[in-house]
Amino acid sequence: MEYEAVIGLEVHVQIKTESKMFARVGAGYGREPNTLTDPVVLGLPGTLPVMNKRAIDQIIKAGLMLGCEIAPVCKWDRKNYFYPDSPKNYQISQYDQPICIGGQLEIELPGSSRNVMGEHKFIELTRIHLEEDVGKLNHFENDSLVDYNRAGTPLMEIVSEPDMHSGDEAYAYLTALRQIMVQGGISDCDMEKGQLRCDANISIRPKGADMLGVKVELKNLNSISGVRNGIDFEIKRQIKVVQSGGQVIQETRRWDADAGAATPMRTKEMAHDYRYFPDPDLMPVRVDQDWLQRIRETIPELPFERQRRYFDEFDLPYTVTSVLVPDLKLSDFFEEAVKECGEPKAVANWIANDLLRDLSAAGTPIDDSKLRPEHIAGLVKLVKDGVISNNIAKDVFIDMFKSGDRPEDIVEKKGLKQSSDTGELTGICNEVIAANPKSVEDYKAGKENAINFLKGQVMKATRGKANPQVVDQVLRTELDKL
Amino acid sequence: MAESLYYRTAAELSRALESKELSSEEIVRSVIERTRAVDDKVSAFISFDEGDALERARASDRRRAEGKALGPLDGIPVGIKDVLAVEGQPLTCASRMLGKFVSPYDATAIARLKAAGAVPWGRLNMDEFAMGSSTENSSVKTTSNPWNTDCIPGGSSGGSAACVAAGEAPISLGSDTGGSIRQPAALCGVVGMKPTYGLVSRYGLVAFASSLDQIGPFAHTVEDAAILLQAVAGHDDRDSSSYRTDIPDYRKELSSRKGPWKLGIPKEYFGEGLDPEVARAIEAAIDFYRGEGCEIVDVSLPHTEHAVGVYYIIATAEASSNLARYDGVRYSHRSAEATDAIDLYFKSRAEGFGPEVKRRVILGTYVLSSGYYDAYYLKAQKVRTLIRRDFLQAYEKVDALLTPTTPSPAFRKGEKTDDPLQMYLSDIFTISANLAGIPGISIPCGFSESGLPIGLQILGQPFQEADLFAIARRFEQAHDYHTRHPSL
Amino acid sequence: MAHDGIDIDYVANLARIALTDEEKERFSGQLGQVLEYIEKLDTVDVSGVEPTAHAFPLENVWRDDKAEPAMPVEVALKNAPAARQNMIVVPKVVE
Repeated sequence: MEYEAVIGLEVHVQIKTESKMFARVGAGYGREPNTLTDPVVLGLPGTLPVMNKRAIDQIIKAGLMLGCEIAPVCKWDRKNYFYPDSPKNYQISQYDQPICIGGQLEIELPGSSRNVMGEHKFIELTRIHLEEDVGKLNHFENDSLVDYNRAGTPLMEIVSEPDMHSGDEAYAYLTALRQIMVQGGISDCDMEKGQLRCDANISIRPKGADMLGVKVELKNLNSISGVRNGIDFEIKRQIKVVQSGGQVIQETRRWDADAGAATPMRTKEMAHDYRYFPDPDLMPVRVDQDWLQRIRETIPELPFERQRRYFDEFDLPYTVTSVLVPDLKLSDFFEEAVKECGEPKAVANWIANDLLRDLSAAGTPIDDSKLRPEHIAGLVKLVKDGVISNNIAKDVFIDMFKSGDRPEDIVEKKGLKQSSDTGELTGICNEVIAANPKSVEDYKAGKENAINFLKGQVMKATRGKANPQVVDQVLRTELDKL
Repeated sequence: MAESLYYRTAAELSRALESKELSSEEIVRSVIERTRAVDDKVSAFISFDEGDALERARASDRRRAEGKALGPLDGIPVGIKDVLAVEGQPLTCASRMLGKFVSPYDATAIARLKAAGAVPWGRLNMDEFAMGSSTENSSVKTTSNPWNTDCIPGGSSGGSAACVAAGEAPISLGSDTGGSIRQPAALCGVVGMKPTYGLVSRYGLVAFASSLDQIGPFAHTVEDAAILLQAVAGHDDRDSSSYRTDIPDYRKELSSRKGPWKLGIPKEYFGEGLDPEVARAIEAAIDFYRGEGCEIVDVSLPHTEHAVGVYYIIATAEASSNLARYDGVRYSHRSAEATDAIDLYFKSRAEGFGPEVKRRVILGTYVLSSGYYDAYYLKAQKVRTLIRRDFLQAYEKVDALLTPTTPSPAFRKGEKTDDPLQMYLSDIFTISANLAGIPGISIPCGFSESGLPIGLQILGQPFQEADLFAIARRFEQAHDYHTRHPSL
Repeated sequence: MAHDGIDIDYVANLARIALTDEEKERFSGQLGQVLEYIEKLDTVDVSGVEPTAHAFPLENVWRDDKAEPAMPVEVALKNAPAARQNMIVVPKVVE
C-alpha cells in the first residue's frame, strides 16, 4: 500500500523588541546568565505583568502579512504547568481568543533543477498567538542550571493546518515564513539563537484516505534542514512500523541531528491538564480599524509578490530573482540602482555575481558595504555609454568595492577611458600590422581569425582601453589599403 | 504624656510634629517601646527592624528641620502587613515557604509611603498568604485580639488590625481579598477600609486572588484612614488593573460632604445567623443615620447567598495559579529531600505550605481542571456578574449600603479551625464587595456584653471613597467607640 | 454540577503537592463539604450572562517598548536556594 504523510507545524518565533513581553527589562541573546532579569521576569512575589505595545504591533503585522484575520478583541490566559525554566509556573499565553486567526502562507517547492522555478502552493494557517518565552536549562551530569535571560521574551506561536506532506514542503514553509518575518522586521529568525523554533506533528495514512492517522510530535528541529531531515526520517519510520504490522503510538520524539534519528521523550511527568483561565492581571486587547491601518502602512511587499514583479516589470530570469528576492536589503539595493540607471538586467547581474561574491569574500554585510547602489548604477551607465568596456568595468568594480570611490572618478584617475579616437588608433593599428606580417598574410589569404589576433595586439598595446568595435573597423580599413 | 503617645492618631501626631511638640524619633521610639511591652501578648508582629525605623525617623526629623517636610505622613510610623514588598525587608506572608525571603524591591504602595516620608514599621502577622479569617493559619503564630487575648483578631490582616488596636502603630496597611481588612478591623474595634478594586496599585502586594485583592488602611479614625489611603491611592503603570481616575482630597472632602445620604439596608445581610448583639448595634447605627436626616431605604441584593460559593471558586482558582511560583527553585523554600526536579516541587510545596493553603490550592486546581472549568469557574464568573449587577442596581437608588461587617464578634481561638466551611462563612458579609469590586469600610459601632468590638460596614459606589469616609465620619463624630482602648 | 468528590491524587499531582494519606482523607472530606455548599450555584440561571474576569472592564493597558536596566545578577540570585555560575541549580531535569 502507498502511504501519504500529513504534517502540521508549530513554529515559535521570537519577536524583536527592546524590552520583554510583560517586563521592562531589555530582551537579548548571548548575555551572561541571569543578567536580563528583573522582579517581574523572575516572578518574584507581588510582581505584575504589563504588556509591551510594540510586541502587539509586531504580531498584528505578522498576521496581516500572512493573511490572517485580526481578532477585534483578544485576551490573555494562563497556561499552568510546572517546569524549572518557567518562573511563575504558568505561561502567559492566548488560549481560546488568539490575536490572529486563519491565514495562509505561499511556499515554493523545489524545481526540477536549480534554475527552474518550482511549484507554488498555499499552506493554511490555523492561528497565531502571542505568549512569553521561558528560560533556558543547561543540563549537567548531576544537576541542571537555569538561566532566565530568555524568559519573558515576546514569542509568537504560528500554527499551521495539517496541510503539508513531505519534508520538502515543511522546508519550503519555514523558508517562506522566515523570509516574511525577517523582511517584515518582526524577527531575525536566527535558529541558532533560538529565535525560530519548530515542532512538527506527523502522521501517515493510506494515500487517498480522509482520516488522520495517529500523530507523533517531533521536537528539537533546530535548523531548517534539520526540519526536512527529521520529518523525512519520521515519515519513513512510521511507514516501516505500519508495514511490519505494527501501530504508530501517540508520543513525543526528539530529533537528534547528529545521530540523524529521533528518540521518544520522557513526557509522562508533564501534566497536560493546563488549566487555562483568563489572566486576571492583564486586560484584553481591542484592535480597531485605525490601528490596523497604521500597521498596514508599514508592511513591505511580500517576497513572492516582488519576484512576480521582477519577472513582469524587469523581465529578470528566475535564477537572478531567486538570489535577490529572499533578501529584502539586496532587493532594495537592486531597485535603487535600477531607478538610477534603468538597466535592471545589468544591475541584477552585477549584484548577483560580483557584489555577492565580494561581500561574502570580505565577510561584510550589505549595510556596511562601501559600495552603494549609485556605484553600480554609475558603472552600468559607463559601460552602456561606451566609456569603458565590460572588462575594464570588472576592474573598476573591484576598485570601488574596496575604496568606495565613484566609478567615474576611478576611470578618470586611472585613465581607463575607452579610446575611440580613430586617429590615434590608426597609428597603433599600423604599428601592429607592421610588426605582424604573418597574420596580415593570413588575413589576406582569407583567414578571418587572423584579425582577432591583431585586435588582441592592439588592445594589449592600449592596455584594454580601446573600443573593440572601433579597433575592428580601423584594422580592416588599414588592411584593405595594403 | 509618654504612655498615651502611642494611642494618638496620625493626624494628632502630624500636628505635634508640625508644632515641634514631638519629633518623629520620639514617636517611633514610643511605638517601639509599646510593641516591646505588649507584643508578647498581642503577637501582631512577625518581625520588626528598629534600626531601619529609627533611621527613617531621624531622616524625617532632618527634613522637617530644613523645612522640607513631605506632608501629613512624614515621620509617622505605618505598620505593614507581611504581604507587601519592602526593599531589604523580609517578605514571608507568614509562610514557611518564604521564611528566608528578603524583598529586593518596593511595592508601589510602599514606595509612595516612603515618598510621603512615612516610616514603614514591622512585618505584621497574617494568615498564610492571606488565606484565612483569624490569623490561625499563620505559620509563625496566632495573633491575639487585644480586647480579649483568648479570641482571634480576625484575618487575614489580623496583625494590622491588632497592632493599631494595641497601640503598636497609629495606622497600618493590610490587604483585603474577601474581607481581610474590614473583618479584623471590626473584630479589633478599629477603622478598616477596602478601596475600590483598581484604586491602589497591587504591584508588590503578594497575590492571593488577583481579581479581588486590594490594599487598604487601618486606623483609629476615619480621618487617619483617609490620610493613609490618600498616600497610596492612584494610577500606577506597573499594574494593568490600576484605574485612571482623579483622586479627590479625602481629608478635605470629609468636611465638605455633608449629606444627608440615601442609605440602603440590604435585607439579605440581616437574616438568620446574625448575632443578636451585632444586630442591635447595627440597628442603632441605622437609627442614628435616620436621626441625622438620612433616608433609609430597604434594598435587596438577591445573589448574596451565592457570594461565598463564587468567592471560593474564583479566589482559590486564581490562588492555585498565583502560588505555583513557590516551588523551591528560585527563591522559596527548597526541600532537602528532593531526588529530581519534579520531586523537588512535590516535597518543597508539601513542606512549605500550611494546611489551609494546601486545601485552597487543591480546591482551586480542581475547579480549573479539565472537565470542570465550565461548571465551576465559568459559572462562578457569570454569577459574579450578577452579584456586581445587584450592587449597581442598588446604587441607582441609594448612595451607600449599611450592613454588619461580621455575623458575630470575635470568636475564640481554635473554635473554627477544624471546620473550613464555617470559617469561610464568617466572611459572608464582606466577600460580595470584593466580587463586585466596590469599596467598603468598617468602623467601630459598639461592643458586646463581653466587651468585644462590633463593626458597622458601609459599602459604597465604585471610586466614591470620599463619600464612604464622610458617611463613616458622621457616625464617628457622634460616638466614642473609636476612642476606647483595650487594657493590655 | 453534582460533584462526585475530588480525585485527590490527580489534583494533588497537578498542583505538585505531596500529600500524606491523612491529609488526602481530611482534605477530601472538607473540600467535599465546601463543594456541596457550592452546589447551590446550580440554582442560579446564568443564561445570557457574560462572565466577569475583571472587577472593572479596562482594555489596551500597555507600556511603550523601552528597556530599563536589569536587576544585578547578585540581587537576582540572592534568595536562590542554590546557585552556580550565576545560574540557579536544580536537581537533574530529565527530558
